[in-house]
Amino acid sequence: MNGWIDSILQGVMLGAIYALFAAGLSLVFGVMRLVNVAHGDFIVLSAFIALWLQRITGFSSPFLTLILLVPLMFLVGYVLQRVILNPAFGADILRPVLITFGLSVIIQNGLLQGFSADSQKLHGGKLEVASIALPGGLAIGVLPLLTLGVSAAMIGLLQWMLYRTKLGRALRATSADLSTAGLMGVNTSHLFAMAAGIAMVTVAVAGVFTGIRASFDAVSGPDWLIFAFEAVIIGGLGSLWGTLAGGLILGMAQTTGARFSPGWQLLSGHLVFLAILILCPRGLFPRRTE
Amino acid sequence: MNLLSVSKLNAYYGDFQALFDVDFHAHPGEVIAIIGANGAGKSTFLNAIAGNVTGRGNSITFAEEAISGLRSWQIVSRGIALVPEGRRLFSSLTVEENLLMGAYANTKDAWPLTHIYETFPQLKLKAKQSALSLSGGEQQMVAIGRALISNPLLLMCDELSLGLAPMVVHDIYETLTTVRERGVTLIIVEQNVRQALAFADRVYCFQEGRVSLTGRAGELKPEDVSRAYFGLAGAA
Repeated sequence: MNGWIDSILQGVMLGAIYALFAAGLSLVFGVMRLVNVAHGDFIVLSAFIALWLQRITGFSSPFLTLILLVPLMFLVGYVLQRVILNPAFGADILRPVLITFGLSVIIQNGLLQGFSADSQKLHGGKLEVASIALPGGLAIGVLPLLTLGVSAAMIGLLQWMLYRTKLGRALRATSADLSTAGLMGVNTSHLFAMAAGIAMVTVAVAGVFTGIRASFDAVSGPDWLIFAFEAVIIGGLGSLWGTLAGGLILGMAQTTGARFSPGWQLLSGHLVFLAILILCPRGLFPRRTE
Repeated sequence: MNLLSVSKLNAYYGDFQALFDVDFHAHPGEVIAIIGANGAGKSTFLNAIAGNVTGRGNSITFAEEAISGLRSWQIVSRGIALVPEGRRLFSSLTVEENLLMGAYANTKDAWPLTHIYETFPQLKLKAKQSALSLSGGEQQMVAIGRALISNPLLLMCDELSLGLAPMVVHDIYETLTTVRERGVTLIIVEQNVRQALAFADRVYCFQEGRVSLTGRAGELKPEDVSRAYFGLAGAA
């Protein structure tokens, strides 16, 4: 019995990472209807930049690199959206998607060139092995617990930003009706770029947390992207709390599947994803309107 | 002195030309009605002023400043607000959020929300509801409120009465009367010619992208109006 509880607990912790992967994807899709195929690669890119920052600054903890990484990735997201993706928006919804596909190839090959194909890891020091003992011989790692907290806080912040701030109101209005938002005085190019920048902030955080938890290499991005996609779709497109729930469900499906056989971990995650897609095609918590 | 002057405005949708050399002017505080058949270019004209459709040439001047070529979001803050055809409320926002969107650009001079609720008391009760859950007339009030909250010098209304019951149309024009008494310049696109002639100081009639007739509302002869509107009898 304890084994099952442990699996579910570990699944929640794993799912927190997936929710972190998916938060930015969900925001960008919700606001711009844009599927960013390079999302996973940007997470890997963040992890590599954190690694490099730690090397040149001598920061003892990879978390400290976030001080520089977060503004840097915000800027990357803003400029990318404003200069490359915004002009591609229009009647053809495939065009921006193809551009992100191209970005994915560029990032992977750039990382191969700059950091070689070697597998890398961020070192979190003592935090990585610290754990809290629970009754019944169970234990929770401090790092996964921290990840869960950060993941939930991040989604909560995004939700607050979207529903309680002027920026969020304008984002939702622009998402509903681009040209009428322009009539209200909203510079929609700037606003989309802000959304992309904010999504990149979640990417930076996801990159650091994932880089500490697991090893990564230049081509890990697509694997991570799949989990992010699945979390978003399980939760329902455009719903941020749904994305958190989707991440947790995916994580739990994987760890409980792994109890049967280690080889089943990924398969059981995909199977649960497919089952949910068949039973509720719009996800578990689809956005009410539209 | 003109608040708005437009000279030789041409506007296009791709290769299709929708407006041909339109000349137009509005004095401060004036109420102008634009009438004309479907497809005459009335909405295009309003959208060209609002920056949603780009006209060619440097032909629109507002408050002694050239505004042609500016984007729609830059034009609002100069004091021009448009109530678009079909209302175009933001479906995923509440009534109050829709109203607040109107104040997005002009935070300093914007009306407080309470002003809007005084003008449209029934909206206050439904402030937290989704905008699309309201009746057509109430939705039109939200659309007008959303434009008024930016405290515009010029308010343009596109087909306000379309699809609304006569009683509701009456209420909406009562509200516009109070707006006009505040000194706001109004341009109204109206299908109902009688309504337009009764409400406006001056009238422009559009036909196939051109101004076919213009004059003071009280001085136009009905037969001239119908000729300018339909473009039939006067051909010879």
